Amino acid sequence: MTPLSTVRSRTATLPFENVDTDRIIPARFLTTTERAGLGRYAFNDWRYLADGSDNPDFPLNRPEANGCAIVVAGRNFGCGSSREHAPWALLDYGIKAVISSEIADIFRSNALKNGLLAIVVGDAEHRELLASPGLDLVIDIAERTIALPDGRRWTFALDGFARHCLLNGVDQLGFLLDAESEIAHFETRAAEHRFSLENAS
Amino acid sequence: MSARTIIDKIWDAHQVRAETAETPGILYVDLHLIHEVTTPQAFTELRERGLAVRCPPRVLATLDHSTPTLPADASGQRPYATREAEHQVHQLEANCREFGIELNGWDSAHRGIVHVMGPELGATQPGMTIVCGDSHTATHGAFGALAFGIGTTEVGHVLATQCLLQRKPKSFAIHVDGHLRAGVSAKDLILHVIGVIGVGGGTGHVLEYRGSAIEALSMEQRMTVCNMSIEAGARAGLIAPDEKTFAFLEGRPRAPHGDDWLRALEYWRSLASDAGARYDSEVRIDAADIGPTVTSGTHPGMVTPISAAIPLARDAQEARALAYMRFAGGESIVGEKVDVVFVGSCTNSRLSDLREAASILRGRKVADGVRMLIVPGSVRIKLEAEAEGLDAVFTAAGAEWRDAGCSMCIGMNGDIAQPGQLVVSTSNRNFEGRQGPGARTVLASPVVAAVAAVSGCIADPAAFLEHAA
Repeated sequence: MTPLSTVRSRTATLPFENVDTDRIIPARFLTTTERAGLGRYAFNDWRYLADGSDNPDFPLNRPEANGCAIVVAGRNFGCGSSREHAPWALLDYGIKAVISSEIADIFRSNALKNGLLAIVVGDAEHRELLASPGLDLVIDIAERTIALPDGRRWTFALDGFARHCLLNGVDQLGFLLDAESEIAHFETRAAEHRFSLENAS
Repeated sequence: MSARTIIDKIWDAHQVRAETAETPGILYVDLHLIHEVTTPQAFTELRERGLAVRCPPRVLATLDHSTPTLPADASGQRPYATREAEHQVHQLEANCREFGIELNGWDSAHRGIVHVMGPELGATQPGMTIVCGDSHTATHGAFGALAFGIGTTEVGHVLATQCLLQRKPKSFAIHVDGHLRAGVSAKDLILHVIGVIGVGGGTGHVLEYRGSAIEALSMEQRMTVCNMSIEAGARAGLIAPDEKTFAFLEGRPRAPHGDDWLRALEYWRSLASDAGARYDSEVRIDAADIGPTVTSGTHPGMVTPISAAIPLARDAQEARALAYMRFAGGESIVGEKVDVVFVGSCTNSRLSDLREAASILRGRKVADGVRMLIVPGSVRIKLEAEAEGLDAVFTAAGAEWRDAGCSMCIGMNGDIAQPGQLVVSTSNRNFEGRQGPGARTVLASPVVAAVAAVSGCIADPAAFLEHAA
C-alpha cells in the first residue's frame, strides 16, 4: 500500500442513507478473480441508464462532481455485503475518501486496509457538509483533521493503528506474520486447555 | 473474575495478544470458511509473497455463489452464467488443490451454501471463532460461536496466519420474551427485531439474542435469526448453546467424538453469559407483539406486519424507497401482485423451511403468471427433501426445484428477476437491484412466500389458511 498523508479535493455529495455495497458494485460483477479495473462498475446500476449512457440523475455524474475525490455520503454508507470489491471499485473510480455520520463496520475495515479513507464525523458536521457540496477540503491523516475553506478544522476519530498503517503504507499482514511465535505459543497453550482447537480437522 | 457475557468469554479465549490504545488485538480463528467469490485475490497475494496456508485443517471450502442451480448437460458442461463465473469456480478448485484445503466441491454431498455446510458437518461448534468472506457468517452464531464476515484482505490474513487484527466489539442484548403466536416464524421475529433497532442499529456491536422466545426456537430457526444480524449492521449475532445445540451436533462428521465429546460438552456448558453480565446496549421485545412480517422498502429495516398498513414514509429516503417498490404508505401490502417467489438462501433453505413451504404448496398450484424457484441450501438437504417427497410436492405445484446454491438471493449465477418484477423472497436483502437490475424484493418467511406463490399476490397466511379450511 502506498503511504497516504493528506487528501485534498472538492467534495461531491451522495445524499442518500444506507447506500449498500450492492449499489456500490452489483453482485454480477463479483465473478472477477482480480482486484484491478472495477472502477467502471462502481455504482453501475445507478450511474448508467439501461442503454449504457450516463444517468444524469446520479449525483456523481453531474459536471460539478467531476474530479471530486471526496464523497460525502448519507448515514450508514457501505451497509450489507462484505465484498471488498466495493472499496476496490471506489478507489479505481477515483474516490479517495468517504465521509459520513455512520459507516458500516465491514466496509470501513475493508476501505482502510486499501487506503480508502472512511471518515465518520458528527451529525452537525455531516449536515453542514451535505448541505454545501463543492467544498475544498484538506484531510490530514497525521493530525486527524479536516480543514475547511473558511479556516475551521474539525478533528475526526481514526484508530491509531489504521492511521499508522495509512501514513507509512504499512502492510497489516506483515504485522501479523511478525507475531508468528506468539501465535504458535497460543496454539500450544490452547491445545492443552481447550478441546475445540484439537477437533478442527 | 467479574460476570462475563458469552462474547467476553469467547473473545478472552482467543486472544493471542490483547489490544492496546495504539494497536488492535490479535484474535485466533478456529474455523475459516471460504467460497469462490471473496478468495481468489487472497490466494494470489499468498502466491505472490511465497506464503503457505498456515493451518489447512482449519479451512473449509465450498462452491455456492457463482454456481448454476440447473444440472450439467449430457457432456458434463454446467450452465454457468458467464465464462468468468466458471473460471472463478475452477480457480477455487485449483487454489484448494495447491494449498491443501478441503473443498466440498461438485462431487460432495455437503456442497452447498457455506453457512448451511458448516453446521451440517458439525464443523460449526460452540465457543469457536468463525470467519468467512461473507457478511452472513453470523449464521453460525446460532451455535454459540462468535462468527463474523470479513473482507478479502482479511481472508488473506487468516489463510497466512490463522489470525485477525481486531478491536473488541460492543455487546448488545436482544431479549425476546414470551411466546411467539401460532403461525409466526423465526423470520418474522428477526425482521421485527431489525425493524425495532434499525438497519444500522447494531453497528459496532455483537448481538446476543436471549430470552424465552429465543430458547424455544429450534436450531434451524436460530440460524435464521442469527443470519440476519448483519442486516441490523451488527458485526455478529449469537445465542448461548444449550441442550438443543448439543443434540444437533452429536454424531455429525466434524463434531467431537468419544471422550472429546464429553470434554466439549463440559466446555460448551460454561459459555453462557453469567448472571449479572453487563451489556453495552439492551432492548426488550415481547414475542406476542410479533406477527407475520415482511419488508416494504429497500432495506431490511423497513418492515411491516402483513396485517397492518405499510408505514408512512418518515423522510425523503423512505418516500424514495416506497416509490421504488411502487407501494403506498398507509395502504395494505396484501393484494400486491407477485411475479416471482424465491424460497432459498442461507436464511431459509434448510429442511424445515422447505417443509413449511411444502405444507402450503401440497395439493395446490402456483398461480398463473408466477414463477417460483425453490433452492435447497445443500446437496444433502436436497436429498433429504427428495427422500420425503417434497420435490414431488413442489414440481406438482408448478415450482422449479433446483440444485443447491445461493441462487436468486444474490443473483450471481444468472438466477435473477426482470426489471420491475416483484419478488417475494425468503432471503435476507431487499436492496434495490439485489435480485436483478430494477427488481423489487419483499423479504418474507417460507410460509408467507408460499402463500404468495399460490395466491398470485401477497396474502396474510392466517386469512389464507382460514379460507382454505
